[in-house]
Amino acid sequence: MSELSVNHLLGIKYLKEQDIQLIFETADHFKEVINRPIKKVPSLRDITIANLFFENSTRTKLSFELAEKRLSADVINFSSGQSSVKKGETLIDTVNNILSMKVDMVVMRHPNPGAGVFLSKHINASIINAGDGAHEHPTQALLDSYSIREKLGDVKGKKVVIVGDILHSRVALSNIFALQLQGAQVMVCGPKTLLPKYIKELGVKVETNLRKALNWCDVANMLRVQNERMDISYFPSTREYTQQFGVNKELLDSLDKEITIMHPGPINRGVEITSDVADSKQSIILDQVQNGVAIRMAAIYLLASKIKQ
Amino acid sequence: MSQKVLLNAKEVNIILHRLACQLIEKHNDFSDTVLIGLQPRGVFLADRLAKILEDHYKVKNIQLGHLDITFYRDDFRRGEKTLEANTTKINFLVEDKNIVFIDDVLYTGRSIRAALTAIQSFGRPNEIELLTLIDRRFSRHLPIQPDYRGRQVDVINNEKVKVNWKEYDDEDSVYLIEK
Repeated sequence: MSELSVNHLLGIKYLKEQDIQLIFETADHFKEVINRPIKKVPSLRDITIANLFFENSTRTKLSFELAEKRLSADVINFSSGQSSVKKGETLIDTVNNILSMKVDMVVMRHPNPGAGVFLSKHINASIINAGDGAHEHPTQALLDSYSIREKLGDVKGKKVVIVGDILHSRVALSNIFALQLQGAQVMVCGPKTLLPKYIKELGVKVETNLRKALNWCDVANMLRVQNERMDISYFPSTREYTQQFGVNKELLDSLDKEITIMHPGPINRGVEITSDVADSKQSIILDQVQNGVAIRMAAIYLLASKIKQ
Repeated sequence: MSQKVLLNAKEVNIILHRLACQLIEKHNDFSDTVLIGLQPRGVFLADRLAKILEDHYKVKNIQLGHLDITFYRDDFRRGEKTLEANTTKINFLVEDKNIVFIDDVLYTGRSIRAALTAIQSFGRPNEIELLTLIDRRFSRHLPIQPDYRGRQVDVINNEKVKVNWKEYDDEDSVYLIEK
C-alpha cells in the first residue's frame, strides 16, 4: 500500500493497520533526511499549512512547524489568545477566513473533543488533529508506537502500561487504539478516580497497583497529571500521588527486568517520574521528541499527496 | 505488448567492463571519487560496477552510496499514486569529492535534476558526472547528458526500456518493450 486510506488524520480510530505501517516506513526515510547536513526537502513547496492552536501548546506546535518547514511548506500560525475567537467568531468562520487565503492543510488543536471531525465536514482542506480535548492526539500516539518499535524492534506482542491521569488524557486514548491495532497488549494504571468508568470496554487491562503494573509490562508510558483540566480534587495531594504512582530509580531497580520508560511531556519532574529516571538509559523521552518530527513529516507528506491540484 | 532484446547478458557484461575502464581512466585510484547509485534501479548498476572495479581491476576502497530522490522530484501530487521513498545510504562525506551518479536509463533527465538537488543536502561536491547504461536520446526534457554511456538508443514515446539484473531479475538483459 502506498497511499493512506484517509484524507484527514482525525484520530487513530479512523486508521487501518496498513496506514500506520505506511506512516512508519515513510518516517524512517524522513528520519534519515533530518540527520543530513541540510535537513530540508522541497516536496511541499506548493502547499500552505495553517497551524490553528485554540489551546496552549509548545512542543506539539514546534514539532509540527519544524516538520512543515522541513518539507518546504508555507506555514501560517494562529493562536486563539490573540484572535477574533475572543470576539465571538465561530470556529467555521475563523477557519473559512483562513482558508480564503488559499490554505491547503489545517493542523488544529482544540479544547473540544470532536472539533476536528466537525471541521472536516464543513471545510475543504485536509485536517490533522493535533489534540482535541480529552479525545485523541493521533500524531503523539504514532510517535509513541514508532519509538517503541525503534527501541524494542516491534510493537506486536509487547506489553505497554499507560500510567497516570487516563481520564483527562487524549494521549492515552490514541495510544490504546494505536497499540491494539498493532497487536500490543495494553494496561492502564492510575488512581481509581482518574480511570474512566467504561475503560475496560476498550479491551485494556486495569490496575491500580503501580508495582504490579510495572512487573507485567515491557514499556511504561507515564502521563502528566493534568491539573489544568481538573475541576475537582481527584487525589488527596501531589505527594500522595507521587508515592503511589510516581516512578523512581529505586522502584525500577527492584524489578527483575529492565523496562522502557516513556513520557509524552511536559514532565512534572519529581511527580510522575524522578529526574534520575527521566535522564536514565531506560528512558526514551528525547527519542520520542526527535521521532515526533519525522512522524509528523510523514503524516503531512502522505496527506498532502492526496490533495488535488 | 511486444518486446525486443536490445542487449543480452554477454553484451551487458562487455559494456560494464568498458564503463569500468572509462571510470578508471578518468578517476585513477578513486581516492577523491565516490560512486552514487540512484534509487531504485540505478543502485543495481552501481553495485555491479563497484564489484567489477574491485574484483577485476583491483581498485581498493571504492566509496559507494545509494541516493533516493523521491522527496526532490518535481511531480509530487501530479500523478495518480503517492511517490514511495527508498533508502538513502551515504556513509561518507561528499564535500569536495568527485561524484559519479549512476542510473540504468537516462530518459527525460528529470531524475538527474532531482538528484543534483538532493546531493546538495549532503555537502558541496567538487564535480558531478553522470553514467548511464542506456541513453534514450531524443526524449530529454532538460539539458542533461551522460558523461559515460553504455548504449545510446532511439526509442519512441510508446516504447519503454527495461533493464534486468541477474541478482534481482534472474538475467542480465535490456529489453525494448512496446506498450
